[in-house]
Amino acid sequence: MKMRALMTVAGVCALATASAITPAVAKVDGDTIILGSSISLTGKYATNGLHTQRGYDFAVKTINDAGGVKVDGKSYKLAVTYYDDESTPARGAQLAERLIQQDGVQYMLGPYSSGMTKAIAPVSEKFGVPMVEAEGASRSLFTQGYKYLFAVLSTSEQYLATAVDMAAEERKKNFRDPSEVRVAMAFEGDPFSMDVRAGVVDKLNEYGMKIVIDDQLPADLSDMSTTLTKVKALKPDILIISGHSKGAATAARQIDEMKVNVPMIAMTHCEAAKVHEKFPKAATGFLCPTQWVETLSKSDSMFGSAGEWNTNFKKAYPSYTSVPYQSAQASAAVYVWKEAFEAANSLDKDAVRDAIAAVEMETFYGDIKFSENGNNIAKPMFMRQIGSDASYSLVESFKDMTFPRNVSY
Amino acid sequence: MVMLDNLQLLFVWAPIINVQVILEGIFVGAVFALSAYGLALVWGVMNIKNLAQGDFVIMGGYLALALSSANVPLPLILIIVIVFMFVYGWGIYALMIRRILDQDMFVSLLATFGLSLLMQQVMNLVFGPEVQTIDMELPNWDFFDNMVTIPSSKVISLGLAAVIALAVVIFMKKSRAGQAIRATAQDPRAARVLGIDTDKVYAFTFALNSALCGAAGVLVSIIWVIQPFYGITYSVRSFAIVTAAGLGNLPGVITAAFGIGLFEKYVGMIIGTAYEVAAPVSILLMVLIWRQISMKRNRQVVR
Repeated sequence: MKMRALMTVAGVCALATASAITPAVAKVDGDTIILGSSISLTGKYATNGLHTQRGYDFAVKTINDAGGVKVDGKSYKLAVTYYDDESTPARGAQLAERLIQQDGVQYMLGPYSSGMTKAIAPVSEKFGVPMVEAEGASRSLFTQGYKYLFAVLSTSEQYLATAVDMAAEERKKNFRDPSEVRVAMAFEGDPFSMDVRAGVVDKLNEYGMKIVIDDQLPADLSDMSTTLTKVKALKPDILIISGHSKGAATAARQIDEMKVNVPMIAMTHCEAAKVHEKFPKAATGFLCPTQWVETLSKSDSMFGSAGEWNTNFKKAYPSYTSVPYQSAQASAAVYVWKEAFEAANSLDKDAVRDAIAAVEMETFYGDIKFSENGNNIAKPMFMRQIGSDASYSLVESFKDMTFPRNVSY
Repeated sequence: MVMLDNLQLLFVWAPIINVQVILEGIFVGAVFALSAYGLALVWGVMNIKNLAQGDFVIMGGYLALALSSANVPLPLILIIVIVFMFVYGWGIYALMIRRILDQDMFVSLLATFGLSLLMQQVMNLVFGPEVQTIDMELPNWDFFDNMVTIPSSKVISLGLAAVIALAVVIFMKKSRAGQAIRATAQDPRAARVLGIDTDKVYAFTFALNSALCGAAGVLVSIIWVIQPFYGITYSVRSFAIVTAAGLGNLPGVITAAFGIGLFEKYVGMIIGTAYEVAAPVSILLMVLIWRQISMKRNRQVVR
């Protein structure tokens, strides 16, 4: 029994070595360019992994139907090789290696989530394979000096910074100094919320605003009444909260109970926590960040406007009543590849990498231009405000906003 | 710096918010008292340290949530949950606790820790990992120019907690079963000699604890939010309260529960919300250190 197990292990090792020696199969198969992605189709990220995969598939199909990618006078189709990483980072890193070494993939699409991207980026970096990702927002991905990692989405420190801009705009509009704004904030101590907080604090310092409350929320948050008591006593101009869904749910519930009357409240994860359904009264006027909205006034020649992409995507996947932004940004990532291939007019991965770095384009998802660190600096984080009818409406600047929050408890 | 600002806020700028903090402490304490008393019972009567205490609370909360989405009225929810959790507790006793009664402390800790993990994962599978709450859409009263708000749901929960605590006190003092529990706690062997079926008493005690936790869970779900993995915070608070109050001392447990509730809220107010959960643990530590010192005087070394 033991012997057999040993032999199996030896066999697997031999196979693995053999395949490592075998030259990579093909990055281009006939007239098809093969992209590769390790994506979470099972495990805790399965839902969002699927949103991502559909976004990729939809873009591939749309681009192929429109004639594919033209490189050096020849038309190529796109195709994606997927592996399921089971939502585990270690598996993701393995699969990335397999895609590159065994399957010969030279063009990568990202996985779902910052954590998975963190695991996979070093692998693609090691082999010098460019990766365009759409689902990893953590700021720490772009401080490692990666040369082959590009992200179409806004990074996490941008999530609530726009809200601070709007508070400043409100003051300026009334010919007053933004530095008068008094800010209350409550953030959880996890990496994501701390990223969000760092972005907010940078902005506050920029305007010279005063922080009157700066509370940290516990991971198992079920009661933040003390923070809100302070908010009521100090009457800040803006309240900023980030603590995933539980933070949003707890905050909305207790803002309702304690009749907190701050003119501007911004928080992450409103939609995930369904605060507009559960606490429609208190949630009126909440500002909620999102990567993308279908009412955005941006468009491109491939997918049309944001609204058109949305309609066509729903046609392709009728199960969606509202399309998550995860799918939109996944489509945008594929579009970046098409543009880069054509701009480079070559299939050489380093030439294409340089072309990605130089990309500057307007898409249905927003503008895309990468910084030296690989994050997209052209697209802002979008803000939506919850209306009294529990609807979300896009707030592009202060003038679109209902201020102060129109709420009566 | 921040702490100083908060102290000034509390005692100089807006002393009225002390009222809010004290009220919150009382509401919190009332809920803690129920689960802590259950723990004290089980600990005192059968020497089981139940690490799954908080998970019983959360389970009660989820049952209430399920019932409330079926539009069952609150009093009925409370009764159904109490009965269900009583039966559940009896089942857990028969399946598991009975087998570890005579084992040493570590076995009881390990077994109940295992039970805690199991319950968390099952609740996660059944109800999902999202934070949930029962919103009864009851009015919230405000006083002093909206500086103090009192949600009626919290007042109701305080009232219910008082009724349940009173019922338990009367039951323990007056009924035969209550007397049997107290007798068994004092001396199980003598109780057995006098014809008390101690196995049944143990089962009943554990079931009663489970029911008390379930009731606490109902209150938690109407005044805060619940999530499958939130049980641990209630376990920690129960342990802190019981350690501070001592076993089998209901007035002590209630006083300690309110004390810890208030302490928690003031810590949250002065140092920050993130430290609220740490407050009971620090009390636990202080009590243990104090006990250690005060007992040192009486300690003799046997050579």
